[in-house]
Amino acid sequence: MNKILLIIQREYLTRVKKKSFIIMTLLGPILMAIVFLAPVLISKYSEDEAYNIRIIDQAPRIFTTILPASKTVKFINDTVNLATAKKLFNGEKDYGILYLPADIIRNPNGAVLFTKKQANIKVTQYIQDVLKENIETAKLKYEGISAKTLESIKTEIDLKTMTLKGEQNDSSLNTIVGFIAGIMIYMFIFLYGVQVMRGVIEEKTNRIVEVIISSVKPFQLMMGKILGIALVGFTQFLLWIVLTFTISSVVSNFIINKKSDEMSVVKTIQSVSASNDQSVDNSQSDSKDLMKIMGNLSSINFPLIIGCFIFYFLGGYLLYSALFAAIGAAVDNETETQQFMLPVTIPLILSFIIAQSVVTNPDSQIGFWFSIIPFTSPVVMMVRIPFGVPFWQIALSMALLVIGFLGTTWLAGRIYKTGILLYGKKINYREISKWLFYKD
Amino acid sequence: MNTILEVKEVNKAYANHIALKNVSIDIPDGAVYGLLGPNGAGKTSLIRIINQITGPDSGEILFNGSRLHSDHTKEIGYLPEERGLYKKMEVGEQALYLARLKGLSRPDAIKRLKYLFEKFEIKDWWNKKVEELSKGMQQKVQFIVTIVHQPKLLILDEPFTGFDPINANLIKDELLDQKKNGVSVILSTHRMESVEELCTHIALIHKSEKLLEGEITNIRKSYRSNTFEVDYEGNSISLANSLWGNFELIENGPHGEFNKAKVKFLENMSTNDFLQSLINNVKVIGFKEVIPSMSDIFIKTVSPTIAQ
Repeated sequence: MNKILLIIQREYLTRVKKKSFIIMTLLGPILMAIVFLAPVLISKYSEDEAYNIRIIDQAPRIFTTILPASKTVKFINDTVNLATAKKLFNGEKDYGILYLPADIIRNPNGAVLFTKKQANIKVTQYIQDVLKENIETAKLKYEGISAKTLESIKTEIDLKTMTLKGEQNDSSLNTIVGFIAGIMIYMFIFLYGVQVMRGVIEEKTNRIVEVIISSVKPFQLMMGKILGIALVGFTQFLLWIVLTFTISSVVSNFIINKKSDEMSVVKTIQSVSASNDQSVDNSQSDSKDLMKIMGNLSSINFPLIIGCFIFYFLGGYLLYSALFAAIGAAVDNETETQQFMLPVTIPLILSFIIAQSVVTNPDSQIGFWFSIIPFTSPVVMMVRIPFGVPFWQIALSMALLVIGFLGTTWLAGRIYKTGILLYGKKINYREISKWLFYKD
Repeated sequence: MNTILEVKEVNKAYANHIALKNVSIDIPDGAVYGLLGPNGAGKTSLIRIINQITGPDSGEILFNGSRLHSDHTKEIGYLPEERGLYKKMEVGEQALYLARLKGLSRPDAIKRLKYLFEKFEIKDWWNKKVEELSKGMQQKVQFIVTIVHQPKLLILDEPFTGFDPINANLIKDELLDQKKNGVSVILSTHRMESVEELCTHIALIHKSEKLLEGEITNIRKSYRSNTFEVDYEGNSISLANSLWGNFELIENGPHGEFNKAKVKFLENMSTNDFLQSLINNVKVIGFKEVIPSMSDIFIKTVSPTIAQ
């Protein structure tokens, strides 16, 4: 037992002290932040260009004012006719010509946007929206309906769902919690399972393995490596979570402060210009949403989810990393791992694909079976759990997972023991199947 | 004399071939025991069984009189033929790890390693990474790790490969020191000159079976063929003429300063008979019996079966 601890210690310390570990630990949250922030930043900075659109309006009485400009699209009213406008068109200054026919109310599809090249989707979308809104307003006016009446007619509904026992639940939140948990397990198994395999190959190619197994049992060496690397993974995940929280709280503080400044400015302007209560309403509804989410959070059974998460996290990792260790022992270098990797990675990837469908329908037949089968259950069951799973299903799935990883570690132990001492031999499945029945 | 290790009727078969067939060997205390045999004879299988890396299919192994047990690993130091170190680890840290796996406590391991690092003049390498060392230097570290826990039995598989003559001598001296302290050594090697130089006993394994075992001097004596070498001054024809039918002349001719003849004695002839017949014809400079080298014995024992 003492020797296993020594092995775990070495596996852990050599990895944690590595530069690549430290770099990845620091870089991970930054990369994550970039992934999340990139779309925001890109959309923010890519819209600097302004598009000038000249309008040829054949029905000037309909739109009382000029169409409203956005940050990127600006409208200029032209008084010439279409043919002249086309002739005068200056591609450097203007982006396009918007032609509005006289009967635009009856025939909204008569509007045409002429551009030099293929029209930008964003611009087209914006013009469509603006036209729709204005035409609708014009129609309302024509029909004698005031904007206020319309506002009072518009209804928004947010359907509350409850279980028969009276628990409130929000499936979108469940979806998020389950899916994130499933993905984390999937990632962890992949990242650290492959590390186990690499570690075994390293020992084999360095030829140190025979010295070590003259002191400890091959199985001890294998388990020590698997557990040591699991601890490395835990450390890295923990640091990522801590760092991500710190970074995101710092960043969001910064952004929110800025935003709230802007918002308060906007509010004061609004309240000054027209004593309008809407902003107050808005903030009230905001806080209502927040309260609703908080309420849902409290409705989720966190002790169960966290408990299951840790169980499936470990169970899945143990099951797969033993197989990865066996692959590492069977081959001579990493390029030979391909043929053996496939059958191990397929169920893992399958579980990820199934998880995506299970999210939308957690109680389906597929969801049930794949959350029971040990090879896919760590990911699939984790996705189902926030939706509520009968106790017997969880118990069955957990029991099978335990049997599963005992089985794979036994299997892997046999392969490992023989494989690590075979150098320079091409191995196939038939050969490996013989190893399983070697006597000690 | 006590035996440190007894291997009794060990059999081991793999899926496609038999590695060991009824092999028994006895290794006395303080012996340097040469394990000889062509490639693929089964030596490594036997060594791995003694190290409990694999188990025998049948048969028994006694260490110091009791059945081989996992506690015995700390009494054995093993230097495998395929050996290496973790490249990215520091030398000292790694030696410490391997010593502790053998059951030494951390302070003991540090004390022993410091002593050995000093003895083998590699004290300055403690904080170096293994990949910075030459192959010979790495071998030195591996040898130190093999003896650090003061085992009673050393098993060395081709220990001298990769060493320059100076370091090879350093290792040889250390082996002889260990032997003096009562440590037994199993030496598996193809270098017959080191077998002759170091070994007290040998066993020859060929095609999974033990063909020969015993004290090296006895074995070499048993392979004597009553052949003698004589260095002399004088006419080589007169030497040939002086021999009668009881002696068979195998070789005769100039050899360096003198002439040299190799003669096989036939029935009941003594060395005195031989010398008497020579003395009147040539001047005898030197005279000795030809004792077969280990290399000769090896080839002689193994080649008939190879020819089959």
